[in-house]
Amino acid sequence: MTAKDTDWDGVRLHVVTGKGGTGKTTVAAALALALAAGKRKVLLVEVEGRQGIAQLFDCPPLPYGERKVAVAPAGGEVHALAIDTEEALIEYLEMFYSLKRAGKALTKLGVIDFVTTIAPGLRDVILTGKVSEAVRRKQKNGSFVYDAVVMDAPPTGRITKFLNVSDEVSQLAKVGPVRNHGDLVMSVIRSPQTAVHFVTLLEEMPVQETLDGLSDLAGTGIKTGGVIVNMERPALLSAGELKEAADGRLDPAEIARGVKAAGLDNAEEVAAVLAAEAGEHAQRTALEEREKARLAGVAHRYDLPLLVGGMDLAGLYDLAQALRDQGAA
Amino acid sequence: MSRKLDVDALIDDPRTRIIVCCGSGGVGKTTTAAALGLRAADRGRDVVVLTVDPARRLAQSMGLSELDNSPRKIDGVVGTGELHAMMLDMKRTFDEIIEAHSDPDRAKQILANPFYQSLSSSFSGTQEYMAMEKLGQLHRSDAWDLIIVDTPPSRNALDFLDAPERMGRFLDGRFIKLLFAPAKAGGKLGLKVVSVGFGMFTSVITKVLGGQLLKDVSTFVTAFDTVFGGFRERAEKTYQLLQTPGTAFLVVAAPEPDALREASYFVERLASERMPLAGLVVNRMAQSGAASLSAARSQAAAETLEERGDEHMLTARLLRLHAERMQLAARQGRLRDHFSAAHPTVPVAAVPAQAEDVHDLDGLRRVGEDLSVQPVSAIKTA
Repeated sequence: MTAKDTDWDGVRLHVVTGKGGTGKTTVAAALALALAAGKRKVLLVEVEGRQGIAQLFDCPPLPYGERKVAVAPAGGEVHALAIDTEEALIEYLEMFYSLKRAGKALTKLGVIDFVTTIAPGLRDVILTGKVSEAVRRKQKNGSFVYDAVVMDAPPTGRITKFLNVSDEVSQLAKVGPVRNHGDLVMSVIRSPQTAVHFVTLLEEMPVQETLDGLSDLAGTGIKTGGVIVNMERPALLSAGELKEAADGRLDPAEIARGVKAAGLDNAEEVAAVLAAEAGEHAQRTALEEREKARLAGVAHRYDLPLLVGGMDLAGLYDLAQALRDQGAA
Repeated sequence: MSRKLDVDALIDDPRTRIIVCCGSGGVGKTTTAAALGLRAADRGRDVVVLTVDPARRLAQSMGLSELDNSPRKIDGVVGTGELHAMMLDMKRTFDEIIEAHSDPDRAKQILANPFYQSLSSSFSGTQEYMAMEKLGQLHRSDAWDLIIVDTPPSRNALDFLDAPERMGRFLDGRFIKLLFAPAKAGGKLGLKVVSVGFGMFTSVITKVLGGQLLKDVSTFVTAFDTVFGGFRERAEKTYQLLQTPGTAFLVVAAPEPDALREASYFVERLASERMPLAGLVVNRMAQSGAASLSAARSQAAAETLEERGDEHMLTARLLRLHAERMQLAARQGRLRDHFSAAHPTVPVAAVPAQAEDVHDLDGLRRVGEDLSVQPVSAIKTA
């Protein structure tokens, strides 16, 4: 891959967020595959403990450890990691405080849960800390272990708070190691190496949340990535036909002749249903156009098609290709 | 095949006092709750809908500019019932509890504590806990004969059941007092290991989070002492209330693998907690008036017309549109059937997808009708 041939050259941490139900995990996985194409190595990270990645890639639940889950076109690799908060916190305690045994004892007492309860920001610092460690990690020869890291992040409503860890940490600790750790994490997240992508559907609420999320993010110094419109339906009807369908002006007799010509029974009834379905389709399309207009100009937009047959591994590769075709990777 | 969920029987039954809508995010839970509320009010119940969704659109569809922490009357109910709606403000609710259970000076002290402020506005379990509190309050007030709650959009649906317990455990004086008097309390309980653990625990907190936070927590606990006791007790009462036959859980899902998987977990969890499950609502199901014209046949017919040339291209495109809809319907139907195969006793209501979002009471009313009228299965393929 040559320099400057994608929209996000130089970005090494891709944060993918979106409202629930928009397919954020799927898009994150497709983006990871797209970025890995051409002998690159990409880490896909899950932070909410749902094991969505394992399901997408059709493999057993991921342990807390990085493992290869897929190969990308032309020789790349996607590795995946499902971060377990408790284990990450213990790892953190071990790394910074040599508290190995304490960590185990604390788990036994259920105290880890308690610590993250009294310090709500701590959980987020631990999660983002683990991710930024993977971004920074280098091999012996000095090159990065991963060419890119893709994070399947919390939903749009919580993303800014989640990423803006130094704010959260400064509320709970003015000085000390956790504060320093927070600042280190922030130096990765606020750098040009990180971009936050928003996944949305062309529906009122997800688009509104995307716009709200973008404006929340704007004040933080964290770089905005693209807006990825997921599950877009292909345009089957022309603009003129859509207009007629919406106004109920499609000619039922003409449609019925076609239905008959195709050798189907009950031509009139079928034609009436087809016209009604076209009307609903037109209404839906008009709504989608309105939502698209609201997104115009706010960020670079990518469109991913609806996979009518459902999501499977092959579909994931199709989405990855679509992202590459549009310059996202 | 699964049984059909009889929504009208549920909302008409005067013994139904609480309906809890739960499910993962983005499945239309809030709309379902509001539509049920309106339908129940139209049919004569005095209903309050408690939502946690800050979406303006819902408030506007009910004729209000926005919802707040106290129930507002919704105009436009047809019939003898009444509909009120409110949106949970978790910080306000928490503050009110503090104010109600301590003298003004102490309340002021607690409300100003940095740790309290962070706890009441950003701890992930607070919203769930306060939703339970509010539900308890509404129930105790006895002002409505039906309360419909929509649960917080947590990262997973089970948080709604777990968070109040976790929060209650935390706010309940005992555990936190152990933390600040480890030797004494540990000795009293005769649990040496606990004491050792807690000594280490405070040292870890001090090391990791710094002394200031610990000081804030400690001040908070001292000031909060009198308020603490009742918290867990009330959380437990609300929990028990949820187990009574007057409560009905509706699990809401979209016809997508993730949402239905969450729905399955939820159904299993409710069963193990002995919580009364009324059924599953699957929103946004693709439906067709010509379900007997399958995707494959519709596709083939379109191809026949396309091969013939220009004459019937519009019909060909409409047939492709129908084929796509049928393909989607078939997939969604399969997903729903998988759920029913695993949970054959759970009644299901399938709600057809709407072409437009809900914008007014009539829109909500249509959703309510769709919930109760069960369309003929759309996945029959010839």
